[in-house]
Amino acid sequence: MSKILKNSELDLSSANSIVSETLNKCDDGELYLEDSKSEAIVLDDNKIKSSSYNSNLGYGLRAVTGDVVAYSHSSDLTKKSLNEASKNLKSTLSSSNGTYNFEIKKTNKKYYTEQDPIEAKNFKSKIEILNQVNEYVRKKDNSVKQVTATLLGEHKSIEIIRNGGEILTDERPLVRFNVSVMLEKNGRKETAVYGIGGRQNYDAYLKETDWKNVCDEALRIASVNLNSKPAPAGEMQVVLGPGWPAILIHEAVGHGLEGDFNRKKTSAFHNLVGQRVASEGVTIIDDGTLENRRGSLSIDDEGTPTEKTVLIENGILKNFMQDRLNARLMKTKSTGNGRRESYKHVVMPRMRNTIMLNGKHTQEEMIKSVKKGIFAVSFGGGQVDITSGKFVFNCTEAYEIIDGKVGSPIKGATLIGDGPSALKEVLMVGNDMMLDPGIGTCGKAGQGVPVGVGQPSLLINKMTVGGTQL
Amino acid sequence: MLEYNNKLGDIVDQCISKAKKSGATDVEVALIKNTSETVSFRNQKLDESDRAENIGLSLTAYINKKKTSVSSSNLNNENLEKLISRCIDSAKITPDDEFNSLPDKELFFKSSKELDLLDDTHIENNKKIEYLKEAEEVAFENPKIVNTNGSSFSESKTEVILGNSGGFKNGYKTSNFTAYCEVVSKSNGNMERDYEYTSKRHFENLLKPVELGSNAANFAIRKLKPQKINSGKFNVIFDKRISKNFLNYFTNAITGSSIYRGTSFLKDKLNKKIFSEKINIIDRSDIKRANGSKYFDNEGVQIQNLSLVKNGVLNDYLIDTYYGRKLNLSSNGRSGGTTNLYFENGDKNLKDLMNSNKKIFYITETIGHGTNIVTGDYSVGAAGMMIENGEFAYPVSEVTIAGNFNDMFKRIVLANDLEFNYSTNSPSMLIEDITVAGK
Repeated sequence: MSKILKNSELDLSSANSIVSETLNKCDDGELYLEDSKSEAIVLDDNKIKSSSYNSNLGYGLRAVTGDVVAYSHSSDLTKKSLNEASKNLKSTLSSSNGTYNFEIKKTNKKYYTEQDPIEAKNFKSKIEILNQVNEYVRKKDNSVKQVTATLLGEHKSIEIIRNGGEILTDERPLVRFNVSVMLEKNGRKETAVYGIGGRQNYDAYLKETDWKNVCDEALRIASVNLNSKPAPAGEMQVVLGPGWPAILIHEAVGHGLEGDFNRKKTSAFHNLVGQRVASEGVTIIDDGTLENRRGSLSIDDEGTPTEKTVLIENGILKNFMQDRLNARLMKTKSTGNGRRESYKHVVMPRMRNTIMLNGKHTQEEMIKSVKKGIFAVSFGGGQVDITSGKFVFNCTEAYEIIDGKVGSPIKGATLIGDGPSALKEVLMVGNDMMLDPGIGTCGKAGQGVPVGVGQPSLLINKMTVGGTQL
Repeated sequence: MLEYNNKLGDIVDQCISKAKKSGATDVEVALIKNTSETVSFRNQKLDESDRAENIGLSLTAYINKKKTSVSSSNLNNENLEKLISRCIDSAKITPDDEFNSLPDKELFFKSSKELDLLDDTHIENNKKIEYLKEAEEVAFENPKIVNTNGSSFSESKTEVILGNSGGFKNGYKTSNFTAYCEVVSKSNGNMERDYEYTSKRHFENLLKPVELGSNAANFAIRKLKPQKINSGKFNVIFDKRISKNFLNYFTNAITGSSIYRGTSFLKDKLNKKIFSEKINIIDRSDIKRANGSKYFDNEGVQIQNLSLVKNGVLNDYLIDTYYGRKLNLSSNGRSGGTTNLYFENGDKNLKDLMNSNKKIFYITETIGHGTNIVTGDYSVGAAGMMIENGEFAYPVSEVTIAGNFNDMFKRIVLANDLEFNYSTNSPSMLIEDITVAGK
């Protein structure tokens, strides 16, 4: 039974016969159906600035042979359109002669509710919350000049129809609540953003203590930055706080361990399996099975159940993250990392929740041991060049460390490092592992997918800090 | 005068009248239809083909000063009716915003010269593959090119139709052809990647595959065996690929929203000097065949050509209807941003800039998003080449550059090598005395 096709002009038996006719000489492929709803409500400048609701329906038909992928997608869910897609795929792969790979492990495990968060809370109460947030933030601090508060909700139903009639389904809720503030004091302006979210209903994140905490964090970071001085420039020791700073892990090693870049041998890590890529004591996993987390998935976008994949164990590179195509070509199995932004996009190996596990040191020990360096607590985004391994990320809250003591806050600066060597420079791994608050979106080849990160505090021996003070 | 699909135009009309019947006082509907075909090619064979046919409709309903929007890819009648009634229901309980409204009628697009934005040519997939094959072959002629991240060729046709209850309805078609080639060079275990990319409205204006492939290869090879330099102050030249980003930082700071909200380092700088007097910045919507050209903005407003900076002085903001009303200014057709945005040429050639000091850091790549439009602070990762006595000496990577736009903008010196390759274009740029953090 297909819930998505029930409301379309395409019937399941036609869909099945087109799928089997298209894929019978291929190595892999599927018909991916998606019915998604999303909303965004934005309060800005004391007013509800916009509210929008989006409903999307579409399909993607994929045929894979060898290392060649043919894909055709459309928002027109009809037999005519699907037939044209099939014709296009068959002509692209006209000489194909593969063996269809049927097997997908089954699971009944679900890591989140099936409920649609948009419908689970009425529109009026969402507006009320945003107004309360605005009022609370402006009352709390009279240097507040601007407040933007956003609620984002999404519910995505997917169905994967495989050759032979098998249907794999998933229902994915996702919400996010963000507050951004601008403060102005003595002619100086600073902004800060904080947010929370995950795969539950809004109410799980919007208890009064929760939303107030988000507001307080945004205010705290902005006020710290009002007193920040120019950041130093050059190589120095860096202490990273726990939680969201793990985008370091995501950029420095995560992307480089995605199967596609390694199958193509364009990643700086492609020939390093079994070798030391990080200090002893550094263990990194990519986990799709954490309940209600933003990066979690019950099954990936090819239907493979997700798992907890060990990437680096005690400093030694163990595994890459795989989708079905790259796993088959590298003679291994999919790790359930095959993801796509929507039916408009092809599947690629992508991260889920990428986490460095606890070590035994305390943050105090780390800070005490630094003569001159910085303590980075909060971050904006990051980016990596997979091939050269160079990566950056931007601090949004950081302090100088002088002689083992945390000093003045410093202005936002970019930190740059080299992926394959950065984690070998880890001197201490903390015992305070924290997951991020549920706000990450990762971009790759034009596709954005929700992800999570986590880590304990870390002391890194040497990174280049991109400030202005020499 | 402009041409669009009447059937799609009818859907726009129907949606407007349905929403009006359900209680909307004003309605705006945009419909976008896109078909595209992309072929990716890697190591001398087909890697991926992608064919797309998508449609999207978005509708904004006003009930006096209340406003909400809906959008969908499902144009089925029943679905649209459900969405419209959902939209009206939400609008009813959305608080008033006195600045919500359609644009003034007299600002609607009236006429324009023909911009030649559609090339109807269909390039068959095997032709696309031939193009990419030639590009990769050329790139691989150099033995230092050892791998490829793939090349791709995409062709797309887009149709936009916009209508509102104020009597505006118009639409037009555009085309786009894009080719991209990214290769990997290697020397003693060090791998570097770089790319070349060409994107045009008309197929015949694309770079030839030989240029695409050889440029990508040359860029990737010149990055091999980079050094990390010592931290210090350097005179920096930004390659044209990078210098155009400064125009984006600048325009982000002069949109109606950032000016009104006060979240811009250029707030209160109108009619003040923010660049040296040799700098002029233009945004022109009516350049024939150009990537950024369009007939009207996202609200149907006629787009004025703007001289945003004249002799270094900030002359104008980017204004849409909503922020125009807030700022007491008229929309200049920038709902949807800039069009063809560029720095006018400077008076020196690139060689002169390269010889302006014994040692110059020539930046070909930045990485990261370290720009803060509120404070003007700038800090990004950078890579490129060290120039010594006017000649390329050695590649540089894993460093950062940092500064503040208020100060950097005033010190921008431009070369005279402007080309119109993208929708935002800049000549090569020199800024002296930038902090580079390295070893």
